[in-house]
Amino acid sequence: MKLLMKGNEAIGEGAVRAGCRYFFGYPITPQSELPHYLAWRLPEVGGVFLQAESELAAINMVYGAAAAGVRVMTSSSGPGISLMQEGISFLAGAELPAVIVNVGRGGPGLGNIAPAQSDYFQATRGGGHGDYHVIVLAPASVPEILTLMQDAFDLADNYRNPVMVLADGVLGQIMEPVVLEDSCPATIPAKPWATTGSEGRTQNIINSLYIVPQELENHCLKLAAKYESIAEDHTRWESYETGDADLVVVAYGTAARIAKAAVNAARRRGIRAGLVRPISLWPFPSRALQKMARRASAFLVVEMSLGQMVEDVKSALAGARPVHFYGRTGGMLPEAREILHRLELLQEGVNSYAKELWPTASADQ
Amino acid sequence: MPKNFGRPQALTSNPFHYCPGCSHGIVHRLVAEVIDELGIKGRTVGIASVGCSVFSYNYFDLDMVQAAHGRAPAVATGLKRALPDRMVFTYQGDGDLAAIGTAETVHAAARGENITVIFINNANFGMTGGQMAPTTLLGQVTTTTPEGRNAAANGYPLRVCEMLATLEGVAFLSRVTVHKPAMVVRAKAAIKKAIQAQLAGAGFSLVEVLAACPTNWGQTPAGALRWLEENMLPAYPVGEFRSWEAC
Amino acid sequence: MVRITFRTDLCKGCGLCAEFCPRRIITRRDEFNALGFLPFEVDPGGECTGCGACALMCPEVAIEIGDAENGGVAV
Repeated sequence: MKLLMKGNEAIGEGAVRAGCRYFFGYPITPQSELPHYLAWRLPEVGGVFLQAESELAAINMVYGAAAAGVRVMTSSSGPGISLMQEGISFLAGAELPAVIVNVGRGGPGLGNIAPAQSDYFQATRGGGHGDYHVIVLAPASVPEILTLMQDAFDLADNYRNPVMVLADGVLGQIMEPVVLEDSCPATIPAKPWATTGSEGRTQNIINSLYIVPQELENHCLKLAAKYESIAEDHTRWESYETGDADLVVVAYGTAARIAKAAVNAARRRGIRAGLVRPISLWPFPSRALQKMARRASAFLVVEMSLGQMVEDVKSALAGARPVHFYGRTGGMLPEAREILHRLELLQEGVNSYAKELWPTASADQ
Repeated sequence: MPKNFGRPQALTSNPFHYCPGCSHGIVHRLVAEVIDELGIKGRTVGIASVGCSVFSYNYFDLDMVQAAHGRAPAVATGLKRALPDRMVFTYQGDGDLAAIGTAETVHAAARGENITVIFINNANFGMTGGQMAPTTLLGQVTTTTPEGRNAAANGYPLRVCEMLATLEGVAFLSRVTVHKPAMVVRAKAAIKKAIQAQLAGAGFSLVEVLAACPTNWGQTPAGALRWLEENMLPAYPVGEFRSWEAC
Repeated sequence: MVRITFRTDLCKGCGLCAEFCPRRIITRRDEFNALGFLPFEVDPGGECTGCGACALMCPEVAIEIGDAENGGVAV
């Protein structure tokens, strides 16, 4: 069945098809269409939709349902995601699977309801307290939302870890054609650790408190090993026209779509530009970028923020190549022609100087 | 008094870490006895909160989930919605329930969530060193009210049962105390009724237990029970604030 | 015949059992237990009726009461 679907609704439909039957959340723009959708879609499949009294309550309801062994999700934006950080830290510490969707808006503080990508640090640097990571997946289209929602629930269950799907207000609101296959019921792995009542076995405890320091260190080392394994097997990105690229644009989500248009325009002008679109923001595709640095002369990171992912790009390249940045924030969108303009400037720089020399400008608005 | 009185099955054999004379031990035992008597040990999930009873998952031989401070009723909501036929209870102190957790408490009650909340009211934040709690009495000296709680600066004590009694979703609300054997027996009966109300699908149930905190009250164990009787009972009257009877 | 057992290894010497024993036959011992408390115990020869007040008040679940056949101190 082919239909036009709104991003926010695709998040919900993707979750239902992945076997999610529980949603606890709170209204906040620009994602409220998602709870609206699930309010009728979940009961249709025998699931439970509950509007919580706050995001604080919502994430803790998610925690309880996750402990019960079911597939469960929540969603929010900006201030609401900040409220959920304590709960996300607890999910990670207690090794509970859950999916949290952030449809990013302008910040900090109340910010506005326009789209932004300024929660990258919050998503990939933990966001809450303690040594942990959340797997972060960044879709760039409505069809991709559907596939990534399935992956999110699978990864969450396989690794007993929270997974964040980081979208933005553009993706939440746009409508794109999707193809919905007849779905077969999702396969959900067995969860012998869940607290379902201890009949017939010893007690299960879901907990993140390890009062003895050596025990907590051991627990954190166990989590670290898990994160290494995830990084090894589940780092994802898309490469576009990077085979012979001299200038590589790095962007994710909506910024990547705009950047792709700029890359195409650059190619038409004879500039060998390419695009790396990280799909997993954590784990970050550092190795893919390092490989590209062998051929490319410079990187241009484009974000809907003051520059957050750019730090991961710089870190990955470790000074091997210059990294430039172009971004808009507060809900403003980067423009393809501005990206093209910067690619042209970079190209001039590449033509004028030897490849080893660094251009003078490192960040422009 | 039954002739045979022993350690309930629903308790592990781990010794409690609580202070001498702390009422937590009594209430843990009562909850466990009721679970044993109702035969529901294998289908009960307890939500541990944050306070002196943070390790209650080591004491109840049940599936247990540790919740963040104040969030236990939300965690219980999520779990009960996923597993509606399990008995789900929270065990919370007054800091957890009435300070940071007020919203979660009120809304779980307003929704009529089929959970049981065991609320231990000892008029202070015990675990963190005896600070003022919303339930601290006027004039009571705590580590953050060294001159005694005064209304102008810190407002008035919160009466949780009275507050929740205004909500339709509440099935059973009772305030009890454990400062005398006869009261302990009544407290157990209230806990049993609360859990039976949940099992009957009647809605939200809560038992508020006035409890002693000898260490932070600066009392001996027996002296603390006397202090409770003289000071807490007048401020927090015992009784049923929403009644429920098994049919 | 009532059998009453005091788990003096669990006792924290709070004394609530003694406080509420109607026959005043529970007293404190002179030797510390492994926890470092002076535990309480029913006096041998005291006429325990098995009322259970002590067991109701004990926060450590350290007092067990049973029929004579089930073990414990017959008092």
